[in-house]
Amino acid sequence: MAENSLNPSQKLVVIGGSMGSIDALMKLLPNLKVPMPFALVIVLHRKSSVDSTLADLFATRTRIPIREVEDKDTLEKGNIYIAPADYHLLIEQERIFALDASEKVNYSRPSLDVTFESAADTFGSATVGVLLSGANADGTAGLTAIKKAGGLTIAQHPETAQAPFMPQHAITHTVIDYIFSMDELAAYLNSLS
Amino acid sequence: MIEEDEITILLSDLFELYGYDFTNYSKASLKRRILRLCSLDKFPSFAELRYRIKSDPTYLQRFVEEITVNVTEMFRDPQFYKTLRTEVLPSLGSKPFIRIWHAGCSTGEEVYSMAILLKELNLLHKSLLYATDLNPTVLEKARKGIFPLPHLKQYSENYILSGGIQDFSSYYTAHYGQVKFREELSEKMIFSTHNLVSDRSFNEFDLILCRNVLIYFDKDLQETVLRLFDESLGSLGYLALGSKETLKFSSVAAQYRQLNREKIWRKIH
Repeated sequence: MAENSLNPSQKLVVIGGSMGSIDALMKLLPNLKVPMPFALVIVLHRKSSVDSTLADLFATRTRIPIREVEDKDTLEKGNIYIAPADYHLLIEQERIFALDASEKVNYSRPSLDVTFESAADTFGSATVGVLLSGANADGTAGLTAIKKAGGLTIAQHPETAQAPFMPQHAITHTVIDYIFSMDELAAYLNSLS
Repeated sequence: MIEEDEITILLSDLFELYGYDFTNYSKASLKRRILRLCSLDKFPSFAELRYRIKSDPTYLQRFVEEITVNVTEMFRDPQFYKTLRTEVLPSLGSKPFIRIWHAGCSTGEEVYSMAILLKELNLLHKSLLYATDLNPTVLEKARKGIFPLPHLKQYSENYILSGGIQDFSSYYTAHYGQVKFREELSEKMIFSTHNLVSDRSFNEFDLILCRNVLIYFDKDLQETVLRLFDESLGSLGYLALGSKETLKFSSVAAQYRQLNREKIWRKIH
C-alpha cells in the first residue's frame, strides 16, 4: 500500500450539483477562507460540449487554486478540483484522481453518485458530501455511501435551491446531517480544520 | 461490497489461468466495473463471481468485455478531429505512405472517422490503418463497420463540427436500424488483437491514436505503454491521447512537443 499523500484525518469535501448549482457555487466560493484546510472536489452535471470554461468562471470568484482535473493528478489540501465534462471522476487509495469514460450513471457523466462513492471508499469518515440544487435523483446513493463510511452529509436547503428536487430527494431517502443555505454552508466549511 | 484484497485475488486468478494481466489497471475503476458486473449478473457474493470465472472459460469472455470500457463515438471531440484535418494529416501528406495505429480501437468508430478524413484529404489510397484491441469481440464489430442508426445523428453533428462539409449520409447505407459504412473506407484497415500490457511493438507509425485507454491504467503501466508508443513512432510522428490524458508524468515527455491545446504531441527528438 502506497503512502497517502494526505494525513489520513485530512478532510475531503465533495460538492455535487446539477441545474442551478453554478449560481449557488458562485455565491459560495467568495466566502471560503484562504488557505482552505481541506481538498474540495466539485462535480457538476454539464453539457459535454462545454469545455474547460467552468474552472475559469469559478476562478474569478476565489483566490483558492482551482483547476479542472486531468488523469492521475494528485489531490492536495487547499485546492479546488473540478470534474471534467464527460468523464466520471474517481479517487484512488493513493489519493490521486482517476478518470473513467464508461457508461452514464443516472443519465449523467460525470455522475455525482460515482464520485461520492469513490470518496467514501478512499477518505471514509473524513469525507464531507454536499448535495446542491438539481432536478434529478443523482447523489442520494452516493451520500448514503458516505454516511455508511462514517462521513458527513449536507444538503442545500430545498427552499434556497433553484431546483429543489435533488436535495429534497436526498433528505427524504437518506440520512442528512445538515440542511444549509449557501451562507450557512460557507460558515460550516470555514469552521472545518 | 468487494475489498481491495479480493480484487487482487481475482486478478491473479485471471493471470494464472488465462494470461490476462489487469494488475496495473486503475484500482478505483476496476472495482467499479467488477461491482457493476456482480450486480448485472446477480452474483450474491465475490466468491461466486470468482468460482464462475475459474470454472467457466466462456464466462471469461463476458468478464473481459464488461470490465474493459468500450464507450466510443465517431468524431469524438470534434475540435480534436478538426486539428487532425487541418494540421496533422496535411503534414503527413507528402509522405509516400502513411501508417496509422489506433491502439485500443474498441468497436472502431474512431477508425472509420479517420478513414473519412483521409478520404476527404485524398490520402486514403496511400494509408494503412492498423486497429487493435485486446478484446476480439469488439474487433469483430469494428471489422464489420456496422453501427446502430440512432447514434448517427450525433455522429453527423460531430462530423460537421469537426469541419466536414460532405453529406455524411453518403458514407453509409441504413438498413433495419443499423448503418453499414462503405467498403472503400474499410479497405485500408487491418484489425488485430493486441494487448498493450503484454504485446510488443509491431511496426513503425506516423500517427498513433490511443484515446481514453490510458485512464484505465496506473502510472507505471501508463509509462510502459507510452514507451511502447515511443518505440513505435517514426521521427516527427504524432501521438494522440484522450482529452484529459497527458504525457506530463512520463519520461518520454521531453522528446515531444504538444500541438496548441489539443492532446496531440509531435516527436521532435
